[in-house]
Amino acid sequence: MDVPIIFEKSVPGRRGIQLPESDVPMPDLHAVLPEDYIRTTPTRLPQVSEFDVVRHYTFLSTLNYGLDTGFYPLGSCSMKYNPKVNESVANLPGFQTVHPLQPVATVQGTLELLHRLEEGLAEISGMDRVTLQPAAGAHGELTGILMIKRYLEARGETRTTILVPDSAHGTNPATAAMAGFEVREVPSNARGGVDVDALRGLVGSSTAGLMLTNPNTLGLFEEDILEIADIVHAAGGLLYYDGANANAILGRVRPGDMGFDVVHLNLHKTFSTPHGGGGPGSGPVGVKKALIPYLPEPSIVWRNNEWQLSDESPDTIGKVRSYYGNVGILVRAYAYLRSHGAEGLLAVSDTAVLNANYLLQQLRDRYETPFKRRVKHEFVLSATRQKHRGVRALDIAKRLIDYGFYPPTVYFPLVIEEALMVEPTETESKETLDRFADAMRRIDQEVDETPDVLHTAPHETVVGRLDEAMAARKPNLTYQPDAGITQGGRSS
Amino acid sequence: MNVPENLKYTKDHEWVASDGKVGITDYAQEALGDVVFVELPEVGSALNPGDAFGVLESVKSVSDLYSPVAGKVVAVNQELTTRPELVNEDPYGNGWIIQVEVSAEPAELLSPRAYQSEIEGA
Amino acid sequence: MLRSLDLHSIDQLFEDIPSAARLNRPLNLEPALSELELRQHMAQLAHKNRGSDDLVMFLGAGFYDRFIPSTVGALASRGEFMTAYTPYQPELSQGTLAAIYEFQTMIAGLTGTHAAQASMYDGASAVGEAALLALAHTRRGRILVHEAVHPDSVAVTKTYVAARRGDVHTVHDLDDLEQSLKTGEPVAAVIWQYPDMLGRVIGLSRMIDLAHQHQALAIVSSDPVALALLKPPGAMGADIVVGEGQPLGQALNFGGPTFGYFAVQAPLVRKLPGRLVGATEDHSGSRGFVLTLQAREQHIRREKATSNICSNHSLNALMATIYMASLGPDGLKDVALLSMAKAHYLQTALQAHGIDLAITDEPFLYEFVVKIPGSVADLNAYLLSKGYLGGFDLGRWNPKWEGYWQLAVTEKRTKAECDGLTKEVVRWMSR
Repeated sequence: MDVPIIFEKSVPGRRGIQLPESDVPMPDLHAVLPEDYIRTTPTRLPQVSEFDVVRHYTFLSTLNYGLDTGFYPLGSCSMKYNPKVNESVANLPGFQTVHPLQPVATVQGTLELLHRLEEGLAEISGMDRVTLQPAAGAHGELTGILMIKRYLEARGETRTTILVPDSAHGTNPATAAMAGFEVREVPSNARGGVDVDALRGLVGSSTAGLMLTNPNTLGLFEEDILEIADIVHAAGGLLYYDGANANAILGRVRPGDMGFDVVHLNLHKTFSTPHGGGGPGSGPVGVKKALIPYLPEPSIVWRNNEWQLSDESPDTIGKVRSYYGNVGILVRAYAYLRSHGAEGLLAVSDTAVLNANYLLQQLRDRYETPFKRRVKHEFVLSATRQKHRGVRALDIAKRLIDYGFYPPTVYFPLVIEEALMVEPTETESKETLDRFADAMRRIDQEVDETPDVLHTAPHETVVGRLDEAMAARKPNLTYQPDAGITQGGRSS
Repeated sequence: MNVPENLKYTKDHEWVASDGKVGITDYAQEALGDVVFVELPEVGSALNPGDAFGVLESVKSVSDLYSPVAGKVVAVNQELTTRPELVNEDPYGNGWIIQVEVSAEPAELLSPRAYQSEIEGA
Repeated sequence: MLRSLDLHSIDQLFEDIPSAARLNRPLNLEPALSELELRQHMAQLAHKNRGSDDLVMFLGAGFYDRFIPSTVGALASRGEFMTAYTPYQPELSQGTLAAIYEFQTMIAGLTGTHAAQASMYDGASAVGEAALLALAHTRRGRILVHEAVHPDSVAVTKTYVAARRGDVHTVHDLDDLEQSLKTGEPVAAVIWQYPDMLGRVIGLSRMIDLAHQHQALAIVSSDPVALALLKPPGAMGADIVVGEGQPLGQALNFGGPTFGYFAVQAPLVRKLPGRLVGATEDHSGSRGFVLTLQAREQHIRREKATSNICSNHSLNALMATIYMASLGPDGLKDVALLSMAKAHYLQTALQAHGIDLAITDEPFLYEFVVKIPGSVADLNAYLLSKGYLGGFDLGRWNPKWEGYWQLAVTEKRTKAECDGLTKEVVRWMSR
């Protein structure tokens, strides 16, 4: 069936929410504004009743698969249970109804919470100071790389290159370019880690820094991390930690102790805040002492017996967003932090790593594993054995949908052929992992027995595989009642 | 894989014809998948061998296009702006990308046979 | 599970971490709380705040205390929406994708542009990214920004543009703009706000014409609710229309998360930053939605991407979509008109007591600026003691605006609250 959209339910003159009658005189818009500044074209909003809205979006929600629906082993996304208590506390009116420009005396609760969260994240990451402002992981990367740039400039150095491993997330090179750097790729070695000799050959007087995820996107811990840090530091560059995979290391090892100078953490991954179908996230950045002067404005300080916001650092990189970050998300992350404490966070990573190794063990005999090593919180399978038998990673992913699971990340990292990147997280039970492993083994069997079932999967969803080439060749980005793809097929 | 006899090739999987037309090979279009957008250069641009002159986008990849020859762009295939799929359907014919007034051909251009063994080795 | 791995201790799973780097002590964190204790602790913190449920708010400057229909929270908080990731697998994400497509349609309609993308982090970063788009599109390095654009938008734009070695220059008015366009380095874009920080709207069409005369892009940042009444910037020829989405059904949340919107005319669609949803079909001809034109994005184009943005503010965009659908065209217009009526009522009341508009010869909608004889900070402190959150002290942002008090009046304010505020202001003045 066609996926419905609200505009098709629109009936002229119908309306949903009624606003009260005005208790003051209504001025005439035409007396207030000159004619050529008054809107004459319709806003194109749908005309529907409140109940139409409720039915429509409730139906749309049933076409979605969330964590609350089932197992979501999307690699590098740490799709763990989002505790409901975090929602209820974030929705307290005291947090929700404060304006960002209120006098600080009226927002002491929020400022105290933010300060406590900063301190907690600094301890967890082994950093000296944290800013909570970046709105997402990539935004944290930009903030951090701009700080590295400013720090180097203040020392009179013009360094032009940021190094990223070939297994890095796309945001790493995109961030470095956005911050005005050239990007050079560092190759992986045969064990799936950074090729240390190649790195030694790449660093030099133009090296501003190295961006690294550890454990990396293959789920492998960089065993040579201390040597890597020494090489980059000896060349005069800094080390940036991409926190996408921090769920593997809480309480075991801290980026600051591995030699990293700047760190971002993804609160919508490691700290369980809901991802909302593509954000809002939050990407706080921690730094070592030498970089504190360059933090974005404003910062939270305790002064005159109250929490205040300070805009007074002369060396700051400036602002990276309005006001003080995704506070509603930060409230949830603080709630998560306080629910766990030190022992709880250690157990999070221990269980996440145990679950990943256990699940990998169940799949090893059927699927190619490029590196014969213990993994951390996630692992990458390569569907090369299945490809030789005529089925690709994409087909396996789509078939998993029929078995009731959200598919793993596919075709990433780019260095692995036919990659399937699986991250079970700590909040899944052994029974769920066993069911998933069972489905993966049955799919491997289907490769030989019923390959067509795989090529045409999924079979139970509202729509089948969609024509992405058509979407990109003839972009249809807004609803036009009389053109393009409308209900009942194409009208033209 | 189709490798016409009357064309010359590059290791980047472009072809050039005797009339200066340039496109991508059958092997390249197959590897890219469904081409969805072609970014064309301006007519009159001067190119050296290896210069990036345009971009091909498929659904989930992007490739720069590199000039096989030196010369000036005298025509671009405007048809591709509305029908990028021609690159997939007819890479050596209606899917041509630019036409160059060739001033020099580098020695590294491959013969059909050399290109054939290049892609078989890949 | 350990046994199946031939392990006797969980520590063995971490043996590949160099011992010199390992943390051999517990993290120094406050002890864990049970759900009951956590709720008590959080309630205590929340209680130290005083928000619009407690104080009467006349504070705006881009964030407004607006009415949010119950449908927004009830529907957007459904687990299927809230706990999904970015819609990488379209077959399991049609709910999110269809809603984003609706959102893109609504924003394009409001702004009078060809298309909008799926959302940005906030209004300020949307302005900053618009400036980056202009630098890349025009291959020029200079951005001109009006002095009455929100200071956070200007600050973020400066941070972003400086990284690309561009230059942001402030212009004071249209004459200054014309001069700046004529002299110096070629200009990539002109950035204006509509209505601007002083509540003004007049002059936008002239700005757009001037920018185009010099082959610069015209970027306009707009409060989306105001666009229910105002001629849309896109219809005047603006190339990029961006803005802060908070007024569309988002709680204040001390500044976030809300969302930024980002809309463009047709020639710039392939230069958009971030996610974009398009309609297409499956093999049986059924309509569905996918992320599209992805070759612009970081996961494919890496260092050549139009932006590094990955996670955006999808759930906030969904809330805005539900908000706009719940109100419809007439409802959204009513929100703006009611706000305007109350703002004009308050302004007239203040005027009757000799409190003049800072700018006398220009129309305004629901936000206006008056000149205060004395310290605005002192006035606001007095009002707070009487239960009001007074208007913003614009002198904090620009010394030129010393004594300028910016009042925002929404549909939530009543005649009695406006009268009460007026009475307290008069009392303060006569102290």
